[in-house]
Amino acid sequence: MSQAVLQLEKVRKSFGSEVVLEDISFKVLEHKATVFIGASGSGKSTLLRCINLLDQIDDGQILLDGQDISAANVNPDEVREKLGMVFQSFNLFPHMTVLENVILAPTKVQKVVKEKAIDEALELLNKFGLREKADQYPDRLSGGQQQRVAIIRSLARHPRLLLLDEITSALDPVLVNEVLSTVRDLKSEGMTMVLATHEMGFAKQVADELCYLDKGRILEWGSPKKLLESPKKSETKEFLRRLLQAGRL
Amino acid sequence: MAKKSGRSSNRAAPSSSSNFGGSWSPSEIELARRQARQARNKKSALIAALSSFLVLGTLGLVLVTSPGWETLRNTFFKWAYGFEILPKILLGFTTNATLTVIAGTSVALIGLGIALLRTSRSPALTPFRILATVYVDVFRGIPMLLVILLVGFGIPALQIKGLTNNVLVLGTLAVIITYSAYVSEVIRSGILTVHPSQRAAARSLGLSNFQTLRHVVLPQAIKRVTPPLLNDLVALIKDTGLVSILGVTDAVRAAQIQTAKTFNYTPYVMAAIIFLLVTIPLTRWTDRMLRNSYERENAVGQA
Ligand SMILES: Nc1ncnc2c1ncn2[C@@H]1O[C@H](COP(=O)(O)OP(=O)(O)O)[C@@H](O)[C@H]1O
Ligand SMILES: [Mg+2]
Repeated sequence: MSQAVLQLEKVRKSFGSEVVLEDISFKVLEHKATVFIGASGSGKSTLLRCINLLDQIDDGQILLDGQDISAANVNPDEVREKLGMVFQSFNLFPHMTVLENVILAPTKVQKVVKEKAIDEALELLNKFGLREKADQYPDRLSGGQQQRVAIIRSLARHPRLLLLDEITSALDPVLVNEVLSTVRDLKSEGMTMVLATHEMGFAKQVADELCYLDKGRILEWGSPKKLLESPKKSETKEFLRRLLQAGRL
Repeated sequence: MAKKSGRSSNRAAPSSSSNFGGSWSPSEIELARRQARQARNKKSALIAALSSFLVLGTLGLVLVTSPGWETLRNTFFKWAYGFEILPKILLGFTTNATLTVIAGTSVALIGLGIALLRTSRSPALTPFRILATVYVDVFRGIPMLLVILLVGFGIPALQIKGLTNNVLVLGTLAVIITYSAYVSEVIRSGILTVHPSQRAAARSLGLSNFQTLRHVVLPQAIKRVTPPLLNDLVALIKDTGLVSILGVTDAVRAAQIQTAKTFNYTPYVMAAIIFLLVTIPLTRWTDRMLRNSYERENAVGQA
């Protein structure tokens, strides 16, 4: 089996006196997707932000392709070049066109020649059916299109790992599917991912491993089928029961 | 519900009464409604015209027929005299214009610098951040006239070799010191309105702190504060007149010199008109930008 793309070892994170993540350990192998579910406030966003070095962990280790990226001498900008991240909302830069959004990092960070970056960006946009939106500003796009552009923007840098944080939870229900199908396409192309989501149906489809996060701890994990159909812990059962009630399962 | 191409359209629900062909003609109800609206608008316009005519007409009549009218006109609105001395005042106004350009440019740069300093979180800059905060608090809190007097008369009083005694330079300096404090606050508020997620998104793309500022934060911040900055520009233009207190021959001072000669106040009115000719168009334009940006901000965010 190949080496893990991402590996967390006993990661801990607190804000002041509030412990938000505790004893978090897991691995993501190449081409695999690990999905985190859990109530709001359970620490999903914080976990993804820590992996992306937007937040600093208090203890433990984060390894990316075997390299300890939580070490003190690591340059976060270099690490982030290998990671793509998409947030819940406010992803796109509103003062730039779709194309400008997509080529910003390639041209400014990776110093790709502008013409080449544009060619690549248009190719990506075309692939995901957004070619004709290239010259529009984000406020002219639907929320679903905006999120898809955000995904494309993070792909333009050829990331090793994609981090997706509840990318559909700010969307109108009718717009959720187009975004999810984009993620499914990426998964089938072999992109390695870590996701946080509320969409259980989707989680079931893309997850190779599903982790239930409860008050900052991974309480239960396993294949989606196992976790969703025969949860062991009472908290997991309760969480799933509430999702079922809310009609989200 | 899975398979669906990413191409699906953004908004589904067609509105119930949409009409696609060109065959639509207004219904009876709509026609009646339009007629009623038209009648009402006509009536409103008539009332507005009539009341304006009455109020403004009465005011004008009272003014012109009042016993002091002749004196008033001769003291403030002696146009022939006004045009005679106009070149002198215009010459003075070039000082105000130059001062506006030089001070405006410096203020923009210094204000931006202070705003960046105050919004940065780098621990190395802490002492500078404290100094900047004190500076802004002090100079926003005292009348500019005092700053002009302090700098314009105070610095020459030090009698330090190498320091200029040129009142124009010192006056400009005082204006720059005061306005940089105002403008830095405007820009800082703009920077603070950029959502933190924008910064996070930029950093997660690998942009450095500086690149994030340069390409993501500042363009949005500056765009948002352009209308208030234009307001400050209008204020700056007229406040350049305050340096006349130091003896700089600007438009205000030029008018004062003329008035002192003849005891007629028309030169002041001429100076006022020159200021208005510049500031009113700028104010109107600012208003329009403000309205546009307000409408834009409120239209966005629904997607
Ligand atoms: N920057 C922060 N400062 C203080 N507390 C925070 C911060 N970010 C998140 N938290 C806290 O951490 C906990 C987990 O939040 P989050 O990771 O956003 O959860 P989730 O994404 O699962 O909803 C919450 O209790 C939240 O209040
Ligand atoms: Mg979250």
